[in-house]
Amino acid sequence: MTTPELAGEERAMVEEITAMLPLFEKSRGNLIPILQSIQEKHAYLSGAAMEMVAEHLSISPSEVYGVATFYNQFRFHPPGKHQFKVCLGTACHVAGGDIILENFERKLGIKDGETTPDREYSIERVACVGCCALAPVAVVDDTVEGHIQPSRVEGIFVQFQVEREREEREKAERESGE
Amino acid sequence: MSRVDVKKRFAPIQGEAAQRAEEKKTDGIPTIYIVMSTCGLASGAAETKQAFEQELALKSIEARIVSVGCLGHCYAEPLVIIDHPASGFPPICYYQINESRVRTLVKSYLELGDPVLKYVLGAMEANDLLPTVMDFPRFNLEQRLVMEQCGRIDPDDIYQYIAEGGYSGLVKALGSDPEEVISEIETSGLRGRGGAGFPTGRKWRIARDVETDGRIVICNADEGDPGAYMDRTILESNPHQLLEGLAICAYGVGADKAIIYVRAEYPLAVKTMKQAIQSGKELTLLGTSILGTSFTLDVSVFQGSGAFVCGEETALIQSIEGRRGMPQHRPPYPVEKGLWGRSTIVNNVKTLSSVPSIIEKGAEWFRAIGTASSPGTAIFSVVGNVKHPGLVEIAMGTSLRTLIFDVCGGIPKKKGFKAVQIGGPSGGCLPESFLDTPIDFDSLTEAGAMMGSGGMVVMDEDSCMVDVARYFLDFTQKESCGKCTFCRIGTRHLLNILDRITKGEGQEEDLELLQTLSEDIKNGSLCGLGKTAPNPVLTSLKYFFEEYEAHVKEKRCPALKCRPLTAYYIDLEKCARGCDVCVGCCPVEAIFTTTGRKKAIDQELCVKCGECMVVCPPEYDAVEKVSPPELAPIIERVPEEKSASN
Repeated sequence: MTTPELAGEERAMVEEITAMLPLFEKSRGNLIPILQSIQEKHAYLSGAAMEMVAEHLSISPSEVYGVATFYNQFRFHPPGKHQFKVCLGTACHVAGGDIILENFERKLGIKDGETTPDREYSIERVACVGCCALAPVAVVDDTVEGHIQPSRVEGIFVQFQVEREREEREKAERESGE
Repeated sequence: MSRVDVKKRFAPIQGEAAQRAEEKKTDGIPTIYIVMSTCGLASGAAETKQAFEQELALKSIEARIVSVGCLGHCYAEPLVIIDHPASGFPPICYYQINESRVRTLVKSYLELGDPVLKYVLGAMEANDLLPTVMDFPRFNLEQRLVMEQCGRIDPDDIYQYIAEGGYSGLVKALGSDPEEVISEIETSGLRGRGGAGFPTGRKWRIARDVETDGRIVICNADEGDPGAYMDRTILESNPHQLLEGLAICAYGVGADKAIIYVRAEYPLAVKTMKQAIQSGKELTLLGTSILGTSFTLDVSVFQGSGAFVCGEETALIQSIEGRRGMPQHRPPYPVEKGLWGRSTIVNNVKTLSSVPSIIEKGAEWFRAIGTASSPGTAIFSVVGNVKHPGLVEIAMGTSLRTLIFDVCGGIPKKKGFKAVQIGGPSGGCLPESFLDTPIDFDSLTEAGAMMGSGGMVVMDEDSCMVDVARYFLDFTQKESCGKCTFCRIGTRHLLNILDRITKGEGQEEDLELLQTLSEDIKNGSLCGLGKTAPNPVLTSLKYFFEEYEAHVKEKRCPALKCRPLTAYYIDLEKCARGCDVCVGCCPVEAIFTTTGRKKAIDQELCVKCGECMVVCPPEYDAVEKVSPPELAPIIERVPEEKSASN
């Protein structure tokens, strides 16, 4: 799925990575730090990005891909505008975290690790966010929601919906004002 | 450089720290300490802090706001400690301070001098006016060695750590021979807190004796157990204690490089640690020529990318070298030939954080705490069905019963205790008969669990042991690095069998297969992950066999947990006419109105989330949960209603 929007984004990403790579010494030990800083900036690793890293470190792209896919941190698809991370650590599991994950999945029609086609939302399962006392927990963008109930999932979407409508209204008002 | 010189170099730093602490005590300005570690932030500590800032500005009250690390009392977050000397009260700890409570506190306490007793958890010091936090079992049964200063000092201010006696262990070590440092640790009997319990002193000795072209110390803070977060807390709350331990270790073994391996998922810990290293360097307590001696230590932070297996030292080293984190054959052990071919000493956060006080107070002092074979303290993150979840540090040898029922308040909602899972995915589930087991490395291993990472999940009668075993297997199966066939394929098969059983499709021969396959995986795997992955299955089979039998033979989940084996229905006798709460909350519109305006559940549509049971008003309490699902009476939806709702 290469939409024109995405292609433009990837071009910009390639340019930025080209500028960034020389800052790292060409040593194998820098592989993970490089991948981390690419992801920190661009939120995911594209195929082109990994090929560039391979070239910089003089290793094969499959090596880079092998390392990147080994670790949980790395993502290979662009995330949605709003990200839901559902904690499935031990305490959250005991408290029914899987039910919360299912609610998000059902609501959006995607599975964990996926992004909605309009790139508005993505869902991820995470091992533990470290606030077990608040289980079950979900992280909505950067806010931790503790003691989350299935009905709260509904509430979150309503909130986003209201926000989006307000933004659109404001935008329309601005445009008509001009 | 002689002993006197190191002390002389340190004296002005200590003086500066003491002076800063003294100024704070005597200037009469109140200090507000806000617990701002990850769990505090999740409970709204940032909003609390902002509310204090606004309220103080609004009322033009002068006060210092200090962000501190975690106290370990997660159930009471956001926690705030107010030190208001002018009021005549000792420093007071307040619990669950939200924005409106902030306004009350500022007005009543800071302005008018009334300490608002209803929000008080306790005073932080002994006094005649208020009960202290030490009067609660949660505080007085704990024995804090490693976490003593956590939540009491500002992690970003090195002087606060020094004012509390910090870095004097390093000064003492630098004034003695490295050999003496190692023998002190050996005599103390300190064992590695990473899980296996290898004697720390012996590890250091081997490293020192090995011939190598340079040594590296790695602090393993790759806390991957889903449910343990004490390492993160220590990094966020008292980073200098760890750095001091790291420096003492490096001095003892003769290393000039140290790496702290932190999970990238802990951004606050990474930030705090980097900041701490920087301030350590500025005071020459780290870096080149420490305190003017010839000892130099270059400390850096490496961010781990999230792989449970990297807790294993050889896998961790692979990942620093930029490879897939797959465990390697030992020998050679990392102490002989590790990172970049050099001798590498890998120690856990808690191990290194225990070191400064051992050096300062002596091995005998340390040996007096805990048991003979496991001296010192253990830190657990106690979560699940307990009243007061959080981080707990207790002396080794304390019984599980004391920890769960006295320190953490026991099981809430008057439910019964069923099991405690210790050691995370590598540990095991212990039933009630093991509650009097003392907590130490050897007793726990003997019982079939293990100290492991220190994760502890307490489960009440509503937890299903088969489901818990399945959960951990699901985790380890995903985290298996794939090197050993038994671990890679064996755990997959174990998971498939457990999946079948929890869906009610289990066969009787599955139970024996679970047992033999588990034993084969243990024998056929190279590293700790594979060797311990079947533990949750083996212990639950051993102690909760009847639950497996119920799932397999009767297709019934006794704890009503496994969703394919349960069903919800609404008791028409109890359901109230005209109450619509359950209809509104159902995420899949499975609840419909039946005869007499009462409600019923469409079993075909129901996803068994249990929300209707939660929202049904307690005066009706009409939603029932049963297993096996056939027990639920079937109520047909009236056809026209079905089409009307569509």
